[in-house]
Amino acid sequence: MIASTPEATKHRRRPEKINVHILRQDGPGLPSYWERHQVGYEPDMNVISILQKVAAQSNTSEGRAVAPVSWDCGCLEEVCGSCTMVINGRVRQSCSALVDRLLEANPIEIELRPMTKFPVIRDLMVDRNRLFHSLERVKAWVPVDGYYDMGAGPRISREDQERDYPLSQCMSCGCCLDACPQFNKIELQLQPGESEEELQTRKNTAFDQAFVGAHAISQAMLFNSHPVGKNMANERLEALKQPGGIQACGNAQNCVAVCPKQIPLTTSIARAGRAVTVYAIKKFFDR
Amino acid sequence: MAGKRVVVVGGGLAGLAASMKLAELGVAVDMISLTPVKRSHSVCAQGGINSVSDLTRQEGDNEWKHFDDTIYGGDFLQHQPPVKEMSYWAPKVIDLMDRLGVTFNRTPEGFIDRRRFGGTLYRRTAFAGATTGQQLLYALDEQVRRRESEGMIKKFEFWDFLGPVLDENGQCVGAVAQDMVSMEIRSFPAEAVIVATGGNGLIYGRSTMSVFCNGSAASRCFQVGGRFGNAEFIQVHPTAIPGADKLRLMSESARGEGGRVWVPRRPNDTRYPKEIPESERYYFLEERFPKYGNLVPRDIATREIFNICVSEGLSVDPSRMCVYLDLTHIPRAELDRKLSGILEIYEKFQGVDPREEPMKIFPAVHYSMGGLWVDYEKSADGGLLIGSPKNQMTNISGLYAIGECDYQYHGANRLGANSLLSCIFSGLITAPGIVSGMQSKKSTDATSSSVFESAVARHQARHKALLANQSGNENPYLLHQELGDVMTRAATVVRENRQLQEAYDRALLIQERSKRCTLTDTGNWSNQNVIFTKAFQDMLPVALCILKGALMRDECRGAHFKPAFAPKSLSSQDPTERRKEAEVWCDRFEENNSRFLKSSIATWKAPEPEIQYEAVDTSLIPPRPRLYGLVGAEAIEQVWNERTKNKNQHQEVASERRNPSPVG
Repeated sequence: MIASTPEATKHRRRPEKINVHILRQDGPGLPSYWERHQVGYEPDMNVISILQKVAAQSNTSEGRAVAPVSWDCGCLEEVCGSCTMVINGRVRQSCSALVDRLLEANPIEIELRPMTKFPVIRDLMVDRNRLFHSLERVKAWVPVDGYYDMGAGPRISREDQERDYPLSQCMSCGCCLDACPQFNKIELQLQPGESEEELQTRKNTAFDQAFVGAHAISQAMLFNSHPVGKNMANERLEALKQPGGIQACGNAQNCVAVCPKQIPLTTSIARAGRAVTVYAIKKFFDR
Repeated sequence: MAGKRVVVVGGGLAGLAASMKLAELGVAVDMISLTPVKRSHSVCAQGGINSVSDLTRQEGDNEWKHFDDTIYGGDFLQHQPPVKEMSYWAPKVIDLMDRLGVTFNRTPEGFIDRRRFGGTLYRRTAFAGATTGQQLLYALDEQVRRRESEGMIKKFEFWDFLGPVLDENGQCVGAVAQDMVSMEIRSFPAEAVIVATGGNGLIYGRSTMSVFCNGSAASRCFQVGGRFGNAEFIQVHPTAIPGADKLRLMSESARGEGGRVWVPRRPNDTRYPKEIPESERYYFLEERFPKYGNLVPRDIATREIFNICVSEGLSVDPSRMCVYLDLTHIPRAELDRKLSGILEIYEKFQGVDPREEPMKIFPAVHYSMGGLWVDYEKSADGGLLIGSPKNQMTNISGLYAIGECDYQYHGANRLGANSLLSCIFSGLITAPGIVSGMQSKKSTDATSSSVFESAVARHQARHKALLANQSGNENPYLLHQELGDVMTRAATVVRENRQLQEAYDRALLIQERSKRCTLTDTGNWSNQNVIFTKAFQDMLPVALCILKGALMRDECRGAHFKPAFAPKSLSSQDPTERRKEAEVWCDRFEENNSRFLKSSIATWKAPEPEIQYEAVDTSLIPPRPRLYGLVGAEAIEQVWNERTKNKNQHQEVASERRNPSPVG
C-alpha cells in the first residue's frame, strides 16, 4: 500500500493518517466484526488519543457513520489498570502503547482487539468482575480489628518492604490472565426467569471452580508475609489448595512476560507452591 | 442500624474510607462509582501523605505547625477548625494506613521513612515509593472488599450518579443512578448520601486528572441547590509531562528527594543539558527562594516556571515551553528505591531515562481546591466536634461531600501531600456524624415512593430527549475541546479580567450549544456517547462558577493570580522610605483582606451562577502576609509584627476592661 514508494518511506515515521483496524462487537453474545478507521497523525500520540479521535469523528475510513467505539480507560498513565486491550496481537495497556513505536513495528496499521479471556460487553470493553472476585477468594486484605486509633503498625524491615512493594503495585489490569493458557473465558448469560443476583451467584460458583489467576496468587503471598496479614495465612493457602488454585498453574510463565509492572509473578507462584505443599503436609499429620 | 443504608458516590480514598468506617459502625453501604473503585483517580497520587512524626517532633515540629503551614500555604482562605482537627489526626491516619498494610518505605531500622515536601521545612511526608496514592487506595479497597464479603457493602461499579433525590422538604433521601452497561436508571433510597467524586480537571480538557474527574456529580448536586465554594481556586501543578491525551504528573517528591529545577542562563542554548556547566545554569527557584528552594508552595513554583518560559523566554525547548527537572546528580539506587514509579512513567511515555538526562516539564491543571460547600461543628478547643452530623454536610440536609469535591481544607492553594490526608480524614470523620444523625432524625423509610418515582422519571426524560435529538448540530467531543481551550487560556496561571469576561461569555454560549448536541450512538446498550454528553453538559455550571469567581476576585490569593492586582515589591533602598513603603504595603494588605478574605459561594440560578461571599473562621491563626520571595519581605514582616503586637496588647487591655478580675 503506502510503504512501497520512496516518498512514503521518507515519511514513514510521520504519516499523515494512521489506519486503525478494530474488532467490534455490539453486545454480549453477538457476532464480532472488523472495522477500519483512519485518524490524523500527531506527534506523541498513544492508542488512547487514537480512540478519542475515533469517538469524535464516528466515521469509518470508507466514510460510513457508525456509533463510537466503546473502550475503558482511566488514569492514562498506567497505574489504574482500566485500558487493557490486545494491540497488534499483544495484551497491554493502551495508554502506554505509543503510536510512533507501534508504527515502527508495523507502519501499515494498528490492530485493536478486546481482551480474549473476559466476556465482551461492547467493542473493546470487557467484564473483568472475575478478576476482583479472585481477590476475595484469597482474602487479600489485612484482618485488622477495626479502624479506631490503635497506634502504629508493626515495625517492618527495609528488606521486607522491598520484597512486598513490587507485589502491592498490581493494578488488576488482567494482562497476566489474558496471556495465561490455564485461564479460560467464562461467559454466562441471563437465563429466562433468572434475576441479576441469581446470575451473579451462578457466575461466582463458576469462577470459584476455575483458575484463580497469577495476580491473586501473588496477592495471597503479599498478605501471607505481612505480620498481621499472616494470621489468615492458612485460610489463603486453603483457598489455593482447592481446585482452580495453585495446581491449576501450568507454569507457562506468560504472566510474568506480559505484566506491565514487571511484578515477579512466577516467584510468587513458586512461593505459593511451596507454602501450599507444606500446609497440606502439616494438615495431613495434624488430622 | 438494621436495614438502614447510606449511599456513597465515588470510590477513591474519601469514599472508601467513609464506606469502611460506616460498615464498621454497622451501617450498610451502597457504593456507586463510574469505574471499579480500585481504579479511582486516587491511584495517581504519587508523592505521599503528611503528618507530624516522632522524629520531626524532636526537631521542633508539632501538629500546630502542620496546621499553620496548611493555613499559610492556603493563604488563610480555609475555615480553621476543620484544618486544625485534620492536622491533629494526621499521625493517627498514617498509623491506621500502616496497620492496613500499606508498603510505606522504611528506614534501615524499620520505621516509616519520611521526605520533605513543599511549603514546609520538616520532613513530614510518609511515602510508598512514588505510588503512595495507589498504595493507600489499595489498602482501603481491600478493607471494603472484606466488608463486601461480609455483606455490609454492595458495589455498583460502572454506574453514573445522576443526582440526589430530595423530598418535599428539601431533605436528601437517596440518589438516582444509571447503569452504564444496561442503561437502566433507578433510585437508591438512603438515610444519607455522601458525594466523594473528586476534582473537575476535565473542564480544562487536558489536566493531570483521570478521565472520570469531570465534576459532573458535584455539578448535579449544585444544580439542585447545593452551594459551591471557592470554585476559582484551581491548582496548577508546577511539574507535569505534556502529552497529547493527558498532562502526566511528575510528583513534587522528585524535588523532595533533591530534584533541581533549572534552565540555561542563555536563551535558546541548544547544548545537551549535561554539557552545560554549572555556572551557566540558572537554578531560578533556589536563587529566588533561598529558604524553601525548589520546595516553595506549588502556586509559587508554577508561576515562576511559567514566567521563565513565557516572559523571560528561557524555555529549554524551542518548539514548546518547558524547563529541566534534574535528578541526574542523585545515585541510581536511591532513585529506584524512592521514585521508581514516576521515573518509569517518564521513561515509558517520553522514551528518555530521567536518571541519565534531565526531565522536561511544564505546569498543568491538577487539583480543585474549591468544591461543594460543607458545614462543620466547632468544638470547645477550636477543632471539630467529632460525631456531629453537621460535619461535611452540604446545605442540603442529608447530602454530604468529602475529599477533593468539598471546599473545606485547602483554601487558596493546597500543599503537596495534604490531599491524601484530607481525603482519608474527611471520609473517616463523616461516618460517625451520619450515624448520630440517623439516630435523631426520621427515617427515609417513611418517604413516599412517588418522590423516587418522579426523580427517576425526570432523569429518564433527560436521557430519552438526548437520544431523540437528531436535529442538533453539535459534536459533544469537539465542543468539550473548545471549552477546554477557553478555560486553559483564561483561568489557569495568570488571570486577567478582560480575558475572563470573554471566556465567561463564550462558556455561556457553549452551554447553550451543548443543549444541541447530537449523538452518534442512539442505542441503549453501554452507550458511552450519551453518558459523556450528560457529563459534558454538567461541566458548564461549574466552569461558569470558576470563571465568574475568578472575574469577581480582584486580588491575588494562592493559586488565583491577577497581575493587575498584585501587591508591589518594595523599591526604595533608603531605610526611612522603605519603612514608609512597608507601612503602605501593610495598610493595603489589611484593606484587601477586609474585602477578599472570604470564600466565594455560588448558587445556581440557571443559566448562570450567583456568587456571594462567606467570612472565613480565622479564630485560631490570625491572617498574615504571605511573603515567599517578595522583595522587601523583611521590612514588611517587621511592620506587620509590630502591628500584631500592638493589636494583641490592645486586645488584652480591652478584655481586662470587659472582664475585670475579681479583687482578692
